Amino acid sequence: MSQAPVTSPVDAGRVQSIWAQIIHDFLRSKPAIIGLVTLLIVVLMALFAPFITPQNPYDLMQLDVLDARLAPGSASAEHGYSYWLGTDGQGRDLYSAIVYGLRISLLVGVGSAAIAAVVGTVIGLMAAYAGGKVDALIMRVVDLLLSFPTILMALMILAYMGKGIGNVILTLVLVEWAYYARTARGQALVETRREYVDAARGQGLPQWRILLGHILPNCLPPLLVIAALQVARAITLEATLSFLGLGVPITEPSLGLLISNGYQYLLSNEYWISFFPGVALLLTIVAINLVGDQLRDVLNPRLQK
Amino acid sequence: MIGWLLRRIGQAMLVVLAMTVIVFAGLHAIGNPIDILIGEDLNQQERLEAIAHLGLDQPLLQQYFSFLKNALQGDLGTSFVYNEPAIGLILDRLPATLELAVVALVMAIILGVPLGLYAGMKPASPVSKLLMSGSILGFSLPAFWVALMLIMVFSVQLGWMPSSGRGDTRSLFGIEWSFLTLDGLHHLLLPAFNLALFKISLVLRLTRAGVREVLPQDFVKFARAKGLSESRVMVMHVLRNTMIPLVTVLGLELGSTIAYAVVTESIFAWPGAGKLILDSINSLDRPVVVAYLMVVVVIFVTLNLIVDLLYKLLDPRVRLEAAQ
Repeated sequence: MSQAPVTSPVDAGRVQSIWAQIIHDFLRSKPAIIGLVTLLIVVLMALFAPFITPQNPYDLMQLDVLDARLAPGSASAEHGYSYWLGTDGQGRDLYSAIVYGLRISLLVGVGSAAIAAVVGTVIGLMAAYAGGKVDALIMRVVDLLLSFPTILMALMILAYMGKGIGNVILTLVLVEWAYYARTARGQALVETRREYVDAARGQGLPQWRILLGHILPNCLPPLLVIAALQVARAITLEATLSFLGLGVPITEPSLGLLISNGYQYLLSNEYWISFFPGVALLLTIVAINLVGDQLRDVLNPRLQK
Repeated sequence: MIGWLLRRIGQAMLVVLAMTVIVFAGLHAIGNPIDILIGEDLNQQERLEAIAHLGLDQPLLQQYFSFLKNALQGDLGTSFVYNEPAIGLILDRLPATLELAVVALVMAIILGVPLGLYAGMKPASPVSKLLMSGSILGFSLPAFWVALMLIMVFSVQLGWMPSSGRGDTRSLFGIEWSFLTLDGLHHLLLPAFNLALFKISLVLRLTRAGVREVLPQDFVKFARAKGLSESRVMVMHVLRNTMIPLVTVLGLELGSTIAYAVVTESIFAWPGAGKLILDSINSLDRPVVVAYLMVVVVIFVTLNLIVDLLYKLLDPRVRLEAAQ
């Protein structure tokens, strides 16, 4: 926002120019553009999965065991299509399974990050607002959560609650809210001392309106960056848990479970069952990280000259 | 200093205590412990006897205190699967995990520090830029997938590396170690590298950031003005001052390395505590899960304590602050 027209008299015009500036800054980095385009493609593929895949990999009726473990590019014996990325041990078309798997990955990643963001932000703002003992207690819990490795927390929770996609999302929320809470609290404490908050108080606005209408919007940029990077972390963790057999059910494999299923065939050189889902996973995670990194640079006023 | 240490130990014990409450509450709040701890094939009479024997008819608070008392005596229950004390099972397998984690960390330092030093000294060179993008990949690559690819390339295709187990071990202090034999080292290399990959990226970035921060400072210019050789300036002045944040982070990372060893161990069939805990979760062997969690928490808290202490010893500024 280096050239943001601070003296601009019209508010609407200024807001528009800030957004234009952010987009302009964002598009300055080539890796970020590549990341954004990749991410868009991945999201579109996941959204339109039924229309761009030859089979529904979760419908057991459409699977043909005779077609199991075919090499990439093989043609199906009965169906009228080729398996461009090969098939897995159950005769699933890997390309279809990957596209459907992306849906689960994105659902878990975005879903858990969104819920954790709301929960964490509310708790963080409450801590900043309440101050004193409540604040100290909440922050001690946050410190404790952040000091333990995510995978350990996840194993603990899943060991108690059992497998399933809902439990995976719940686990991710329980682990991740602390990041948002810490950032929201820190940011809110800084913003509370700003003059516009004094001005709002001077106007006689109620506390909750100052908190939600004035402080919260100014806390959003760093929270947005965390959310972007957390989506990538959540996708990795879901894939890892599913790989370990603690995530999604076997009948609806996510990318992690596909990779896990391919593991046994890897030793007999049938690499594609593990390889291609992993590439899809990697592309998604790298794309999100690139976008998140650039968002951080663009939205962080400290880094701007 | 002594007062600080005592206060810090008190805090650490408080954290462990809090974890026992969480673990205990988890055992009781989610699911009925009677169903978990007692088999279903008992008749009503045997069931009541078993409940009384396990103390499950006592008030909850009393149950917690007896859980705590047993835990302090090293009794965290008996494994349903192995019918052995859970804590013993964990401690038997812990050395293998520790060995893997420590070797991974050493690997991260040996590879990460020199690369980070280079990237910090010559930030504009193409090699440095390649290293920095490579480290993003190191952060992004899912460890379990990398493990499979390592096995595919080095074990299946090239046949250079074994894909599972510890290989030959040799006894030292009554514990079997892999790194003391050539075959064991051979088995150790792939899993350790897999576990180290993320840390290498981390160490590289930390070292680079540290070097970039230290290089423009006056004492470096002064050391150069004294006519010290460049390598001496780098090692004695620059590297030493970048080590402080590095030690902190690495100390804390050892704990998370032990936790993430679960993934690596399960793929490379490394017979450590991580593989045991995974099998225990799958077979609903809760005493072993509880024991593992408590052991890891204690390790974690201890490591935190040691890191704090090291931090004080390494950084005179923190030391002085404590003295005042």
